[in-house]
Amino acid sequence: MNDIRHDDDLSALLSTPVDADALARLHHRLEQEAEQAGLVDVAYTTIDSPVGTLLLAATPEGLVRVAFAREDHDRVLETLSQKISSRILRSPKRLDVAAREIDEYFTRRRQVFDVRLDLSLSHGFRRLVQTHLPEIAYGQTRSYRDMAELVGNPKAVRAVGTACATNPLPIVVPCHRVLRTDGTPGGYVGGLEAKTLLLDLEAAA
Amino acid sequence: MKEPFENVVARHGATVLRVCRVLLGPHDADDAWSETFLSALRAYPDLPETANVEAWLVTIAHRKAIDVLRVAKRNPLPVGEVPETPAGGDLPGSADADLWAAVKALPAKQRQAIAYRYVAGLPYAEIAQILGGTVEAARRAAADGLKNLRKNHPGAITRGASS
Repeated sequence: MNDIRHDDDLSALLSTPVDADALARLHHRLEQEAEQAGLVDVAYTTIDSPVGTLLLAATPEGLVRVAFAREDHDRVLETLSQKISSRILRSPKRLDVAAREIDEYFTRRRQVFDVRLDLSLSHGFRRLVQTHLPEIAYGQTRSYRDMAELVGNPKAVRAVGTACATNPLPIVVPCHRVLRTDGTPGGYVGGLEAKTLLLDLEAAA
Repeated sequence: MKEPFENVVARHGATVLRVCRVLLGPHDADDAWSETFLSALRAYPDLPETANVEAWLVTIAHRKAIDVLRVAKRNPLPVGEVPETPAGGDLPGSADADLWAAVKALPAKQRQAIAYRYVAGLPYAEIAQILGGTVEAARRAAADGLKNLRKNHPGAITRGASS
């Protein structure tokens, strides 16, 4: 270790700081080449929205995850690494369509999402419920009980609640349109404030 | 648990670029960096979780730099090999340009040993594995490289020599 300390000056010289532009340029090139080689199993980006910074992630199949900041984006990416693949790259291009549609939604120029989805993060009953959520039209709401009946399992009210709470694609798959039977909002993965904002946005249209 | 590859790029991207610059000079370093991370992305899911990620990346960069040099030798460019002002513009000053010229003039093995020791900070045991020799040989290559740099580039390296 001694020799390293003695040669700090040389070390410093050879390790001249790499400027951020150079790295950004190289990262961009990596995104393009990796995408061309089919090596990006999960591409992601973050966008600003009225409900805070959103993480968008997509597999080659389609949009696989939308996450609120309060879910901790680093942790969400780690989970994606475990459940889908560690070949995860910040590569905004694949998210262009989803980002544009979400922007249009928040500026009231879009009521229905038609970006391709990858539902592979959900299974069984949860996935069944999530598949039916887009049937609730823009500006409308249903109760957890309504949803349980809709999927043919009227007793599974609590399970419907769990399915909504674990929706991997909030906003795009509109779990925010499901309320308690008494009309109060109930829980939301993005927090109560976000749910209210989305409901108000749609009600005002 | 295997972390997202993006974290690997974020954490080691700068170091690998510095290593590539010492190996190849600033001009060809970009190509080696790109090849290294593309290759690493391909192999990443199979990398054991206990692996030293930086040593792994440097090992890939070592091979990619050799490839780049081989291609350059086969298709020599009419342009001078050492650009006067390095691409990227973040290596300013003529003293630095002198240093890069001195680094470039080193025998390959010394240049590699210096990059892996003084830029990547790898232990000699790892460096020996990358260079394919003994630990003692790796240590000697780094020491000889240092001696040569001091001889050919005395201006910038005085403090270390006098202490």
